[in-house]
Amino acid sequence: MAQKNQQFDKISPEMFKIVGGRHGDTEKLSDKSVSFWKEVRLRFSQNKLAVFGIFVLVIVTLLAIFVPIFSPYSYREQLGIYNAAPSAAHWFGTDDLGRDIFVRVWQGARISLFIGITAAVIDLIIGVLWGSIAGLAGGRVDNIMMRIADILSAVPYLLVVIILLVVLKPGLIPMIIALSITGWVNMARIVRGEVLSIKNQEYVLAARTLGANTWHLIMKHLVPNALGAILVTMTLTIPSAIFTESFLSYLGLGVPAPTASWGTMASEGNKALTSAPWRLFFPAFFISLTIFAFNAVGDGLRDALDPKLRK
Amino acid sequence: MLKYIFKRLVYILIALWVIVTATFFLMQLAPGSPFASERSFPPQIEAQLNAKYGLDNPWYVQYKDYLIDTVTFDFGESMKYKGRSTNDMIAESFPISLTLGIEAMILAIGFGILFGVISALYHNKFPDYLASTLAVLGISVPSFILAGLMQYFLAFKLGMFPVSGWKGFAYSILPAFAIAITHAGFIAKLTRSSMLEQSNSDYVKMARAKGLGKWTTVFKHTLRNALLPVVTYLGPLTAGVVTGSFIIEQIFAIPGLGKHFVTSITNRDYTVIMGTTVFYSIILLFAVLIVDILYSVIDPRIKLRGAKK
Repeated sequence: MAQKNQQFDKISPEMFKIVGGRHGDTEKLSDKSVSFWKEVRLRFSQNKLAVFGIFVLVIVTLLAIFVPIFSPYSYREQLGIYNAAPSAAHWFGTDDLGRDIFVRVWQGARISLFIGITAAVIDLIIGVLWGSIAGLAGGRVDNIMMRIADILSAVPYLLVVIILLVVLKPGLIPMIIALSITGWVNMARIVRGEVLSIKNQEYVLAARTLGANTWHLIMKHLVPNALGAILVTMTLTIPSAIFTESFLSYLGLGVPAPTASWGTMASEGNKALTSAPWRLFFPAFFISLTIFAFNAVGDGLRDALDPKLRK
Repeated sequence: MLKYIFKRLVYILIALWVIVTATFFLMQLAPGSPFASERSFPPQIEAQLNAKYGLDNPWYVQYKDYLIDTVTFDFGESMKYKGRSTNDMIAESFPISLTLGIEAMILAIGFGILFGVISALYHNKFPDYLASTLAVLGISVPSFILAGLMQYFLAFKLGMFPVSGWKGFAYSILPAFAIAITHAGFIAKLTRSSMLEQSNSDYVKMARAKGLGKWTTVFKHTLRNALLPVVTYLGPLTAGVVTGSFIIEQIFAIPGLGKHFVTSITNRDYTVIMGTTVFYSIILLFAVLIVDILYSVIDPRIKLRGAKK
């Protein structure tokens, strides 16, 4: 004990030195203030996976637009070369009817992207209107509207979609109707949540006092503030719509022949797996890649928009 | 709590009624008839068949009969396979789907949590990148593609598993994996992010400070709290396993309920479609209810809506 005290006695102020930190400029702002969306963009661009996702989506979209236009073959043209392996003339080979798989893959990309994006946009429109009206009105209207949404979301989604497709006959428009008939509920819930948290803030009250009507409130105040959550939900809706489309096409309820769809191609390819594996491989690869890219972008957006992760 | 459960049961009933009614009217509108694929009958026989199944009644009589069928859960004879009742078909094939489903769920939860814990423990190190990449791949590759590839490489080429059919445990491994992998990926992602959130909290630091090992802390402290979001995923997981079975049973030629459902739709076998739809809906609706109740039991912070009023 005594020895320990002796040790402490030896400590003097000279033994300490300032290692940095205080230089008298602590009050100065180190950087210009960054706007919210600028910061979001910055954080998003630091996420390698998300940037890669954007890159993949741009490439897939460009190829989907231009390959069917410039290709020497059409997606329904039967070339008389059956189940040929990938070669210089047919980059992804041909299928059992002698159609060029490279063109069919990109024609399929058009269908998948079209279905995914349209379904997401329909979800967006219905969901935003339903959610913001319910949230703004409150009380009994809100209660009834959200109960309807509850019941719809309790209905098993794929069962309804499958049965609906049986009735409507498989095709592009029925597929989109089937996908969005229950898909908007999720969006409506998210928007309502955002609206409830925003609507009691003072600037909304001020806008109301100045005579803004409900439509103006929704479009000018609520939607811009809920934009982050809406954007993330939308990006994550697209891959699930693409997945559902290929799932249903695989079951034979998708877009009818001879239209190319990734799901139909994978389903036919699966049957020919032993003799012509490339017929499954190419559509399968691009379904997976596209779903992956959309998921990566959605996750990246969510992280970039999350105020808890702000630096 | 009781009040909450009662309220939820009422919702389930309404949802069931919506499903039953919607299915009925959709089937009325659907083109084609269950007898269309048979060789063309003389009109007398077709009329007789329609009379036997009550298809010649006006829609409100059919609707009433159908509602009674649903309440008593007796959907009558299949229109396609003579002499087999819908209930028998469900009773016969559901155990197969159930076995497959439970296996898939165990795989999904087990692998999902394992991968999630590994990537959280080695945050931003190699094991994390590996596990996260695998999880993302699992989410992105649709189950039916995975099933086709596994069937080709593991069963057909390497002969490690039977290619298709349902004659024992070995036959269930590939299909169960095919259904499970997407969900394992989701669970891994959920576990990872909630484990990371927990690992910054005081009680974890405390446990580590008092000298507990990395893994002991995980199993004794972190995991319990980190698994709450995973419990919410159990509802969607059930739904996913059911719908996954539609396609996977088709690919692996497993005589389960999912296969019956899909074939009954292509056959326009009304009684079987109705029966399986109602049956699936009941399972899914109750699965979600059970998960919600479970969630409030596990996490005391959560008060069920309508519980205290």
